[in-house]
Amino acid sequence: MSKIQFRYLTLAALLLLVTSPLYLNPFSMTLLNYIGVYGLVALGLVLLTGIGGMMSFGQAAFVGIGAYAGAWASALQGYSPWVGLMLAIVLSCSVALFLGAITLRLGGHFLALSTVAWGLSIFFLFGNLDGLGNYNGIANVPPISIGPLKLVASWQMFYLIWAIVLLALLASRNLLDSRSGRAMRALRGGNLLVESLGINAFATRLATFVMAALFAGLSGWLYAHLNRFVSPAPFEVHVGIDYLMMAMVGGATELIGAFIGSALVTLTKNSIQDYLPLIAKGASGQLEIVVFSIVFIVLLQRWRGGLISISSHLLPSPHHEIDGQVAPLSRRPLPHRDETLLTVDQVERRFGGLVAVDKVSFTLKAGEILGLIGPNGAGKSTMFNLLTGALRPNSGQVVFQGRDITHSPQRTIAKAGIARTFQHVKIRPKMTLLDNVLLGTHPRTRSGFFNGAFRLDRKEEAQARAEALRQLQRVGLGDKPFELAGNLPLGNQRVLEIARALAADPVLLVLDEPAAGLRRQEKQALAELLQSLRSENLTILLVEHDMEFVMGLVDRIVVMNFGCKICEGLPADVRQDPHVQDAYLGGLV
Amino acid sequence: MSSDIAAILAIDGIASGAIYVLIAIGFVLIFAVTRVIFVPFGDISAFTALTLAALETQRLPGTMGLVALLAVMATVMQVTADLQAGDHKAIPSTLFFYLLVPLVPVALMWFAAGTVMSMPVRMGLSLLLVLPIAPLLDRIVFRPIADASVLLLLTVSMALHFALVGLGLMFFGPEGVRTQPLTDASWEIAGMQVSLQTFLIVGSAVVFSALLYGFFELTLTGKALRATAVNRTGARLVGIRPAYTGTMAYVLASVLAGISGILISPVTTIFYDSGFLFGLRAFVGAIIGAMVNYPVTALGALLVGVLESFASFWSSAFKEVIVFSLLLPVLLWRSLSVGEVEDEAEE
Amino acid sequence: MSLLAIRSLDVSYGKVEAVRQVSLSIEAGQIVTVIGPNGAGKTTLLAATMGLLPSTGEMLYEGRDLRRMDVEARVEAGIVLVPENRELFGDMSVSDNLILGAYSHRHDGAGNRRNLDAVYHRFPRLLERRHQKANTLSGGERQMLALGRALMAKPRLLLLDEPSLGLAPLIVRDIFKIIASLRETGVSVLLVEQNARAALETADVGYVLETGEIVHSGAADMLIHDPKLIATYLGGH
Repeated sequence: MSKIQFRYLTLAALLLLVTSPLYLNPFSMTLLNYIGVYGLVALGLVLLTGIGGMMSFGQAAFVGIGAYAGAWASALQGYSPWVGLMLAIVLSCSVALFLGAITLRLGGHFLALSTVAWGLSIFFLFGNLDGLGNYNGIANVPPISIGPLKLVASWQMFYLIWAIVLLALLASRNLLDSRSGRAMRALRGGNLLVESLGINAFATRLATFVMAALFAGLSGWLYAHLNRFVSPAPFEVHVGIDYLMMAMVGGATELIGAFIGSALVTLTKNSIQDYLPLIAKGASGQLEIVVFSIVFIVLLQRWRGGLISISSHLLPSPHHEIDGQVAPLSRRPLPHRDETLLTVDQVERRFGGLVAVDKVSFTLKAGEILGLIGPNGAGKSTMFNLLTGALRPNSGQVVFQGRDITHSPQRTIAKAGIARTFQHVKIRPKMTLLDNVLLGTHPRTRSGFFNGAFRLDRKEEAQARAEALRQLQRVGLGDKPFELAGNLPLGNQRVLEIARALAADPVLLVLDEPAAGLRRQEKQALAELLQSLRSENLTILLVEHDMEFVMGLVDRIVVMNFGCKICEGLPADVRQDPHVQDAYLGGLV
Repeated sequence: MSSDIAAILAIDGIASGAIYVLIAIGFVLIFAVTRVIFVPFGDISAFTALTLAALETQRLPGTMGLVALLAVMATVMQVTADLQAGDHKAIPSTLFFYLLVPLVPVALMWFAAGTVMSMPVRMGLSLLLVLPIAPLLDRIVFRPIADASVLLLLTVSMALHFALVGLGLMFFGPEGVRTQPLTDASWEIAGMQVSLQTFLIVGSAVVFSALLYGFFELTLTGKALRATAVNRTGARLVGIRPAYTGTMAYVLASVLAGISGILISPVTTIFYDSGFLFGLRAFVGAIIGAMVNYPVTALGALLVGVLESFASFWSSAFKEVIVFSLLLPVLLWRSLSVGEVEDEAEE
Repeated sequence: MSLLAIRSLDVSYGKVEAVRQVSLSIEAGQIVTVIGPNGAGKTTLLAATMGLLPSTGEMLYEGRDLRRMDVEARVEAGIVLVPENRELFGDMSVSDNLILGAYSHRHDGAGNRRNLDAVYHRFPRLLERRHQKANTLSGGERQMLALGRALMAKPRLLLLDEPSLGLAPLIVRDIFKIIASLRETGVSVLLVEQNARAALETADVGYVLETGEIVHSGAADMLIHDPKLIATYLGGH
């Protein structure tokens, strides 16, 4: 489907939605309202789970917080429902902030389990707080009023609910296409990748979590005034599973999947309630749950990607106009040639009893390419991780441009101007080439979540895009910026990583076995690229195994074996060194 | 609070904690071997209690229907898989393991219906009857997605729990049950009456934990289970089939769940849906042990029992809130102890 | 009939083809080595032979179609892999690791005990450390344990992935001596190595794998004198 076709289709769908009160009966309108209200929660879950890789079974608790906030303020305290809305937003966000701060450092399934725990705690709290009517709940919740107009009829609520839903959808869409949104989309690539790009993974997780809670809280507030009655039951953990199911059935990787899932689940539930008693006499609500859970399990067994995964090829491919004329992003000053850039001093790293890096020292001068070589298992990768902050040394010191970075986290090192690539390529396969490279510009740009969601970041975004395209062109991938990165062959994926590193405007480029798995021509092209980067005064540290590749390219070589530096010098000298031949070149004679 | 009350609460707490220990260890066992966080595990325990109660009143337990249903489903799936793989020779053994073996206790029950049985026989039969449930569920639900992420498995597991609770209502009905006490005797210790039942509960927890430990240390199958948990690929490379060790883990864990159900049913009234909550309490214990460490898990589960006992004395309304909120400081501690960035990219 | 005959093997991860149209064969009692640079697909080739990765093409082991057998069935048939990262049971003792190595023949108690003695005889170090946990061993000891565990499975075809990885030269020498001595016990070996010279000195036949394709093959003592190979892999001067 082309972009124009898609635009018309979206417009037609919107028109159909806006005019629905004209042709739908009140009951259908009510269903549509619930689809919107539930879809809002599922939308939060898509951001949290599908995009950010965090699973929550506890979203129902946030819906409950929003609903109780609204009901308590309006029905029990007599405030306007809009005060209730404020309370719902503040409460759901601050509870999420608190819970997130405690739990979001945890790995995958621990995080998911913790959501069950607080989900239950909050649910039991609703049922046992006298001020909230215990298990009886709060009745007579007033309708929302806009000026003198009370939103009582289902079509009136419809416009409010769907206005909020569409706003949330639009904001989320904008966000995903912005600096912070790209950071969210990078989360599933793992902490190592995210932090190496200068992105604070924890803060990004937390913001995503709060956003999901905010949507759930909004949904709860709407629910309270739609249903006009609030009790603990709809906020139980198994309802949390229903929300998760909506997101997963619809397809948790696309925003619209939330509403497809919500519609599907709401309508199916409705028809099961209608028809199940006809099939099985005396069937209770429990049977409904059984049927439902089984459908869910089968769906997850068959289509892990949800319904959207079957039809995602219908969505238009992402495309942006890129303005080459915008002012470029500011650059950092490059150091003078031959100035000492990096000093590694007596660095040691142990794993248990094993000394992986044993008191290694070397220096790196601005504008040179230094090769760090050695046989497999020599400690090169550990050295690499120590320099980039992925590991901390047990002793010794690393100084970069006069600044001690020995114990700095990866993020700080990345921001200081050391950009890296990975031995096992870490790109985001479902993001475009341009978006992958844009991730590299993260430390050079500022726009946050709010600016991204409401498009206040356009100027900076245009600058960043122009920069990203420039880097793609620089490495020779400029012709198809909107191709998905996962479709590239391995050689080009490595080059893409280099473009991403260059987009950070680094002083030092650290490459981990960039030639591994490349064909001969690809290696040549890579070598030429690195040489041209050197001529632009960039400093490069190359950790490599491939001798042929290293020898012709680098200015100096450091050789490691068994964790120690055994030799350092010009390529020709190193080649002649008997220790090196013995240790490295298969000298088993 | 006087020291007497504190002592009574502590003893109560240790007794219920001991029951959670068994369930928590089962959780860890299944997770370590199969990577599945088997949420319906508490339900297995509750179903044992319900089965035992049915036998006491000489009714046919609903478990029979449940097991028969699952056995037929699993058999159909496995036979289909055999046929698709063109492995016709496997069908007789499929029928034997998936249909005949699970149906033996069902048939026994059928013939024994209406007879008055002694307490140990009733317990043994109840245990036998619930044993096939978890392994059959494993075959039906989890084996088709054995390669999925822990998170997907967990999601499926949650859904499975709700399906099972619904089935529980259909097969067992909504009434709560409480079985006869194991014994009425009580001992006086340091001026306090402590029922023999409490000792039996704690004793069983100790004995079965010890048996499990012995099994892991001394038998080849036990070692194979540990090997699978430590390194799945390594296990496959020496010829250990994860599907087999998985089934073993489910069976063993079901024994623990069954025992816990038998122990808890004279103490608390059990409904078809009671399993989730005491499953979850045990779960808190398992998380304290990081889902891998058996001794810490056992301590954690005991702690939950004691805390629950005191919490219900202070404020019975907020008992659950207190117990589940306990997880938050535990998780905080765990998250602070997360060291250098470990990579968990998933796609 | 070859012990193992692979024809037109393709292995891919997603869209990346890691191994393309590879054919090779191993006769009973032979040591065959596959050498090549990092990322050439050597490990992938072994993983596919073991059944750890799905592949297309033909794979016959003693004339039987391997692709119908899962990993465990291949172990039972005598194909045993020592992977690059060893895949030991780190939290278990050395003796438990060895005992589990014989899992595929668990009913042959007496045979396994004899075999265990033989492994301890071959690696006296493991006997000293038999109560220690595997993850407390040094790199060389781990490799001995991995080899020992593989021998406990009574292999007829041993797949070795980088057995010299991260080991000191003296230990590498020992490891290759042991590999060579396996020939006398009737075990065939498919050896994947970066240490090209040592591998070719030990093997009967060599293949050179580059970016997933076989670019050279021949008798090992021929390959070792091939000037082009010397320049690329053997560190010619």
